[in-house]
Amino acid sequence: MKHLLSIDELTTEELEELLRITPSFAEVASRRIAKVPALRGQTVATLFYEDSTRTRLSFEVAAKRLSADVLNVSVASSSVNKGESLRDTAETIEAMGIDAVVVRHASSGAPWQLTKWLDASVINAGDGWHQHPTQALLDCFTLQQELGDLTDRHIAIVGDIKHSRVARSDVGAFTRLGATVTLVAPPTLLPPAIETWPVKVSHELDSVLDDVDAVYLLRMQKERMGEALVPDLREYTALYGLTAARATRLGPTIPIMHPGPMNRGVEIAADVPDLDQVVVVDQVRNGVAVRMAALFMLLGSGAGAVPLAQPDQVAEVSESEAVSV
Amino acid sequence: MSVPTDHFRIRGATLLDAAGSRVEDLGIADGRIVPVDELDVQAIEIDATDCLVSTGLVDLKAHLGEPGDEAAETMASGGEAAVLGGYTTVLAMPDTHPPVDTAAVVEHIRMLGASALCGVEVAGTVTVGAAGERLAPLAELAQAGVRFVTDCGAGVQDPLLLRRALEYAKPLGLTIAQAADCVPLSRGTHMHEGEWSSRLGLAGAPAEAEEINVMRDISLVRLTGGRLHFQTLSAAGSFAIVSAAAQSGLPISSSVTTHHLRLCDADLAGYDTCLKVTPPLRAAGDARAAMSAVAAGRVDVIVSDHRPHTTDRKERPFDHAATGSVGLETSLAAALCSGIDHSTVLRAMSWRPAQLVGLGDPETRSLRPGAPADIVIIDPTETWTVSTASMATLGTNSAFEGTELTGRVRSTFVGGRLVVDQGKVAA
Repeated sequence: MKHLLSIDELTTEELEELLRITPSFAEVASRRIAKVPALRGQTVATLFYEDSTRTRLSFEVAAKRLSADVLNVSVASSSVNKGESLRDTAETIEAMGIDAVVVRHASSGAPWQLTKWLDASVINAGDGWHQHPTQALLDCFTLQQELGDLTDRHIAIVGDIKHSRVARSDVGAFTRLGATVTLVAPPTLLPPAIETWPVKVSHELDSVLDDVDAVYLLRMQKERMGEALVPDLREYTALYGLTAARATRLGPTIPIMHPGPMNRGVEIAADVPDLDQVVVVDQVRNGVAVRMAALFMLLGSGAGAVPLAQPDQVAEVSESEAVSV
Repeated sequence: MSVPTDHFRIRGATLLDAAGSRVEDLGIADGRIVPVDELDVQAIEIDATDCLVSTGLVDLKAHLGEPGDEAAETMASGGEAAVLGGYTTVLAMPDTHPPVDTAAVVEHIRMLGASALCGVEVAGTVTVGAAGERLAPLAELAQAGVRFVTDCGAGVQDPLLLRRALEYAKPLGLTIAQAADCVPLSRGTHMHEGEWSSRLGLAGAPAEAEEINVMRDISLVRLTGGRLHFQTLSAAGSFAIVSAAAQSGLPISSSVTTHHLRLCDADLAGYDTCLKVTPPLRAAGDARAAMSAVAAGRVDVIVSDHRPHTTDRKERPFDHAATGSVGLETSLAAALCSGIDHSTVLRAMSWRPAQLVGLGDPETRSLRPGAPADIVIIDPTETWTVSTASMATLGTNSAFEGTELTGRVRSTFVGGRLVVDQGKVAA
């Protein structure tokens, strides 16, 4: 495995292996000195063309816990003009001898284009509306913690599917693991040719809630109002928001997920995030572990083959080597 | 001493024109086709056994860079690309800097076009600056010899302005040419809307954005009686609508590019920006519909829609990359090896566009003695791999880069002058 670009490009074996080795990296995080030398001497660059404190931080922590050196290449949003050549950036990074580039870009496909000009591994940390594979991995891992095997489990993904790289990635990953996915959204927020996706579709959240094992809410962006996709946020919340009443109807055991950051009062009522069944914090925590697993699989001793987490590589570093992260 | 270079005897080829095909030697002297027994004894012999000879190709849509975008193409480089692709006349699109909206600019383009190896016909704009707000001086353009006017891009959007243009242009003998694209439905999109745009997370334009304006423009032709040419149709529905309207006798014609015949939206899976074109590559079913429309003669013309770009304009994220592909050097081969029969391809690339742009009917512009010696010799069996690095165009953006095509131009004569010899520009 050279790059991690999309869920679709992972084999089912690679997907399952990543999820299988993730707990050993989660265990590292729970140690007093949360650091192992697996990627010592390797350099990981985060190249974010779009602001995302959470995802960048998560990758940075993951790389540092594996003892990789981390460079945060800041591409200030103000300086990203439309004439920017991706190739120039790629060649600059290449010249610095970076082993892996974690890229976030507002344009779908940008990570694919970078692979043409880079020898380094490319990890897609979100491209446009397209893919966000490590988000899907952490969502799968979190769901498995909550539900066990996902075979024949029913997951509802609610909200702006059309513009969501999270939905595109999650649908691929959840269905690959045997789950049934229902997308819940008004027709204007569904992608075209939705009948070609391996999902069920509903325009009525209330009719779906009685029959789900997990609910995944997507962030509703205010910009969508200006594009005549939804008349107004109040109507959206009334029809598709997880109100307190709907949360009650769901019952206390059904996990509620969200990729963050949440718009309290829009897709989720103000008090709902505080319920025990909301696993948003677990998602964030698991994000570090799956990103460690992904970096290890691409750059660690097992790179190139389906790796097993070797005990010696997950051994603790001595206290003198430890650097707090 | 000019005799030896002006007299040619083409031996052994299959001559193909609107009158049919025949194996016969062809004589060229003093810019015209002549009976072989009138040739000078020193005439240069060209062995064209197993080759096809046709009247030169005519391109109704090429962007030649000059003036204003000389980094991407010049008349000299674009002209070389044209003759290497078998074109003897190219209609230069008017979206230059400055745009071709006055007779003075027409004259300037003619002057620049003199440095091209092919003939350059000049198209004008429909509206001033192609801005879509008020009519360009269409009578002045017509007097300067312009036959086609087009605003390029998405075409004239305002239906009232298009109505006026069709009415005003009618007695001037002008054809209004435009792409059909309803901008409110396609604004901000980067590919065809469908299964692939859904998967790739790119904003897509539905085929209906094209079909709606095809229907609208046909209605306005019916209202005004003005002549309209639909440039680069791409949607299955458009071909059906246009062919029904043309059969009812309306003065409309249409064209398609070879990349819309041969490629589709699924080819964008790797985000190759050279496949970002306007209109976008449609679904596989649309490409099949385009192919059968051409094969059945329901599309008049195959155009190159040659649109050269410098490398940096394509090395951007897909949604910010420039749109368009070069095409002058690949269109004939891409059409010849598509499975459509050769005479249909040549009708769409030579006889019919020549007629539409006023170069003559198939009866006068033929391979018979007396006709002008704009001629192409084609080896329909040569297989080659497309590489912009070895092509004459300065553009580096070919939708067919790396593709193997069969069929190649061996020689091209423009006005009796041998400008391509053995597949290379003649010294």
